[in-house]
Amino acid sequence: MNRSRRLRLNIFRVTVFLAMGTFFLVPIAAMMEFSTRGRSDTGPRTMEAWTNIIKTPDLVAGILASLELAAITSIAMLVLLLPTMVWVRLRLPALHRIVEFLCLLPLVIPAIALVVGVFPINRWMRINISDSILLLSFFYLVLVMPYSYRALDAGLAAIDIKTLSEAARSLGAGWFTVMMRVIVPNMSSAILNASLLSVAVVLGEYTFANLLTYENLQVAIVYVGEVSATTSIAVAVASLLFAFALLMVLSFVGRPRERVARPEDPIPAPASRSLPLSDSFIGVPK
Amino acid sequence: MTAAGTPAANTAARPTGGGRRLPLTWLGVAPYFLYVGLFLLLPTVILAVGAFTDKEGNPTLSNVTAIGQPYLFSSFVGSAIISIVSALVGAIAGALLAYAVATGNPRGTLRRVVTSAAGVFAQFGGVTLVFAFIATLGTVGLVTVFLKDHGIDIFANGVWLYDPRGLTLIYTYFQIPLMVLVFLPALDGIRPQWREATESLGGNTWQYWRYVAGPLLAPAFLGCTLLLFANAFSAYATAAVLITQGGVLVPLQIAALFQSETGQAQPGLAKALALAMVVIVTIVMLLYALLQRRTSRWLR
Amino acid sequence: MNWHRINRLGLVVAVAALVAAACGGTTPTTSANWKTAASLSAGGGMDALVAAAKAEGQLNIIATPPDWANYGASIEAFKAKYGIKVNSANPAGGSQDEIDAVNNLAGTSSAPDVLDVGLKYALANTALFTPYKVQTWDDIPAAQKEATGLWWQDYGGFMGIGYDPSKVPGGINSVADLLGPNFRSKVALAGDPLKSNQAVNGILMASLANGGSADDVSKGVDWFHQLKVAGNYVPVIATAATIKAGQTPVVFEWDYLSSSHGKDVAGWKIFEPSNAVLGNYYTQAINKGAPHPAAVRLWEEFLFSNDGQNNWLKGGARPVRMDAMQTAGTLDATAAAALPKVSGTPVFPTAAQQTAAGAYISAHWKAAVG
Repeated sequence: MNRSRRLRLNIFRVTVFLAMGTFFLVPIAAMMEFSTRGRSDTGPRTMEAWTNIIKTPDLVAGILASLELAAITSIAMLVLLLPTMVWVRLRLPALHRIVEFLCLLPLVIPAIALVVGVFPINRWMRINISDSILLLSFFYLVLVMPYSYRALDAGLAAIDIKTLSEAARSLGAGWFTVMMRVIVPNMSSAILNASLLSVAVVLGEYTFANLLTYENLQVAIVYVGEVSATTSIAVAVASLLFAFALLMVLSFVGRPRERVARPEDPIPAPASRSLPLSDSFIGVPK
Repeated sequence: MTAAGTPAANTAARPTGGGRRLPLTWLGVAPYFLYVGLFLLLPTVILAVGAFTDKEGNPTLSNVTAIGQPYLFSSFVGSAIISIVSALVGAIAGALLAYAVATGNPRGTLRRVVTSAAGVFAQFGGVTLVFAFIATLGTVGLVTVFLKDHGIDIFANGVWLYDPRGLTLIYTYFQIPLMVLVFLPALDGIRPQWREATESLGGNTWQYWRYVAGPLLAPAFLGCTLLLFANAFSAYATAAVLITQGGVLVPLQIAALFQSETGQAQPGLAKALALAMVVIVTIVMLLYALLQRRTSRWLR
Repeated sequence: MNWHRINRLGLVVAVAALVAAACGGTTPTTSANWKTAASLSAGGGMDALVAAAKAEGQLNIIATPPDWANYGASIEAFKAKYGIKVNSANPAGGSQDEIDAVNNLAGTSSAPDVLDVGLKYALANTALFTPYKVQTWDDIPAAQKEATGLWWQDYGGFMGIGYDPSKVPGGINSVADLLGPNFRSKVALAGDPLKSNQAVNGILMASLANGGSADDVSKGVDWFHQLKVAGNYVPVIATAATIKAGQTPVVFEWDYLSSSHGKDVAGWKIFEPSNAVLGNYYTQAINKGAPHPAAVRLWEEFLFSNDGQNNWLKGGARPVRMDAMQTAGTLDATAAAALPKVSGTPVFPTAAQQTAAGAYISAHWKAAVG
C-alpha cells in the first residue's frame, strides 16, 4: 500500500475513532457528572445521590430482587440447558436442529410481544403458586436461552463429548458423575460465559417486570427517577459499571477453544467465530 | 448414531435392555421440552389464538382489521420510521467504525478494546441509556448547558429529546456497536489479494470499491441493516422510559392496551398487535439469515 | 444412578426451593369477618380491628407518592402507631393505573387494598369496591359520599399553575402568558391525559380560562395545541424529580402539590387564575378483593380521624371533613390559614362532565399535541 493511501487511511481511522469515542463516552461522563450535582446549579458537588441508594428501601429491595433473580435464572439455565444439550449430542442428534430452533426462537419474538402471551400464565401462577417476584425467573429463563445456548454450544463443540462420556461410562461412571466430573470441568469457560450473559440480561430487564407489575432493579430505578433524578442516575451508573465489569471478564475469559476435526461427529460445528463471545448480545431486549 | 462406539463400551454403558431404550432416551429431553412448551410455545399460541378471538371467545378478524385504525396504524408507521432511520444511521456509522477497526492490527489491543466496548454498548439499553441521555442532552444536561454557555441553544425550536427524534438518536447509541459486532466478520473476510489484483489490473480505489469489495459486502451490509431494523423495532424499555405520553410506537401501544380500559374492551387487540410485531420481526430475521448465508459463500 | 431421575428430581427440588423461598410473600391469613364488615361496629370494634390488622401486618397502597398532599406523614404515622408495613406501588401512577392494578392483580397478595382516584373512575368501577363507613362518616357532606359506603371523598383542592420564579422572570399573571416566548420548552402536565385525573382537570382548567366550560374541554385541548406549536410544551410527565432538575419549571397541578415542591425548588409559586377556578375532590374506596381487609379498614379509620385529616390539611389540601372539624375546633388553624388563596367562583365538574372531558381528550389529544 503506498504512502498517500496509508496516510489517507490513517486520517480516516483517527477521525472515526475520535468521533465515535466522543459520542459514546460523553453520555457516560455526563451521567457521572449529573449524579454528583448538588442542590442547585451553583451548589457544591455532593455524593448525596450515591449514599441515597442505600437509604432508599425500595431501591435496595429492587437490587436484591434482581440479584436473586439473576442467580436463580443462571443456575436454572445451566440445570435445564446443559444436560439437555449433552443428551441431544449423545443420544438424540436428530433433535439437534429442533432444540437449536427452540433455543433461538426467543430472538425472533420481541419481549414486548412475548409478555402479552405470558400474562395469563403469570396471573395463574401468581394466584396459585406464589406472589413472589422470584416467579419472574421462569420467564427470564426463556429470555436468556438464546444467548446461553450459543455460549454453551460453542463450548460443547470444542470438546469431544462422545469419547469423553463413553470413556467415563465404560469406567463405571454414572451419568451424574459424567456431567459433573467430566463435562463441566472441560467447558468451564463456556459455562461461565453463559452464566455471565444470563446475569447481564436479567439485571437489565425491564419489559417483563414492568408489564407484569413486579418491582425489579430497573423498575425501581424508574420509580426513584420520578422522585430524585440524581439518585436514579447514580444507580444507573453503578449498574452500568457492574455490567461493564461483568462483560470485561467475559471478553477475557470467554475465548472459544481451538476445534480439532473429528470424523464421526453427527453434529456439525458452528461457523467459526473470529470474535469473542461479546457478540452474543445481538438482540438483547431493550 | 452411537453405534460407532465399540460394542463392549455399549453393553457396559447400558444396563437396561434394548427394548426400553427409546422411551428412556426421550425422557432425558422431556424437562426441556416441557419447560419450553409451557413458557415459550404456550404464550406464542396464546398470542396467535387470542389475536383472532373476540371477547366472548368466538373467532374473528376484527382485532386484525382494527390495526388499520388511524391511531394504531400510525404507531406502526412511527415504529417503522424510527427503526429504519436508526438502522441506516447505525449501519453506516457502524460500518465506518468497523472498517476503521478491520484495517488495523487483527491481534492488536485497539481491536480487542473496541470489540469489547462494542459488546458492552450493544447491550446498554433501556432505562440506564435514557437516563444517560437525559443527563447529557436533557434540558439541564451536560452538553445542553455547555452549548448554551457558548451561545448555542439546541432546544430553540422546542424540546426534541422526548419525542421520536430524540428516541432515534438514543437508538443509534446501541445500533452502532451492534453493527460493528455483526459486520466486522464480513470485513475480515475481505482478502488483501483482491485489492492487489485490482491494482495489478490498473484499477483505482474507487473502482475497487465499486466493482469488487462493494458488491461482495453489499449482502452483508444489507443483512446487518435488517438486523438493526429488527433490533430497533422490538425495543420497548428505552421508549417506555423516555416517552411517557402517547403511544407513538407499536410497543408503547401494546403496553397501553395491555392493561387499560380500552384494552379490556377488546382483549384481542393487544395480542393482534403483538402478533403483527412477531410476524414483521420474523420476516426481517429470515431475510437476514438468507443474506448471511449468501455472504458466507464469499467472505469466509 | 439413572441420570434422568436425577435431572427430574433436581428440577422438582429447584421448583420446590423456589416456591419455598417465595413463601415469604404468600397471602396472610385473612380475617374473614373484616372482609365484609361495612363499619367498625359490624366488625367487632376498634380493638378487634387493630389486632386483626396487626396480624395481617401489611397494607398495599398504589399511586400514592409521599409528597402528595402530605400523604407521607400519614403513612409514617400509621406505620409507627401500628407497626404495619406499607407497600407503596407505582408512585407516579394515575387513577386509571390504580383501577388496572386492581383488575390485573386480582387474587394475588399484591393487589391494592385501597384506591384514591378521581370521581369518574370511582363511579365507573363501583363493582370493584366493598362498602365501608368510617367512624366519622357523618362528618362527610352527603354530596361527597355514596349512600352505602362504596366510595367517599377524601380531600380536594384547586387546579393551578405551579412555577419556579427563577426560571420565569416576570411571573405568571394569566394563563395566556404561557403562550409567550419566555416559556419556551417549560410547560408540562403532571400526568398522562389519558390516564390521570389531574391531567384531565388541568386541561379543563385551561378550557375554562379560554372561554370553555366544564362541559366543553375542546378549548383546553386547542389551547394546548397552541402551546405545542409555540414550542412551549414539554411532553414529559412532571414529577418531583423533573421539577427539581429544572426540566419542567411550569406545571399544571393541584395547588396542594405545589406546596410540596417548595422544599425542592426555593420559592416555588402557584398561580390560580381568577377566571378559571377548577376544584376537585379525590375519592377513596376499598378493593372488594383486598388482600388485607383489616389493615385497610384501619387505614381508613386513621385517614379520617382528626390526625389524618389534619395531615392532608398540612399538605395544602382541603380535607373533606373540614367544615365539621372547623365547627368542632379540631381543625389545625395554622395549616388552614396557610391554604392557597382562591378568588373567583369555583367550578366543581361533575363525574359526567369529567367522563365526557376524558372521552374527548382520548379522541383528540394525540392529534393536538402528538
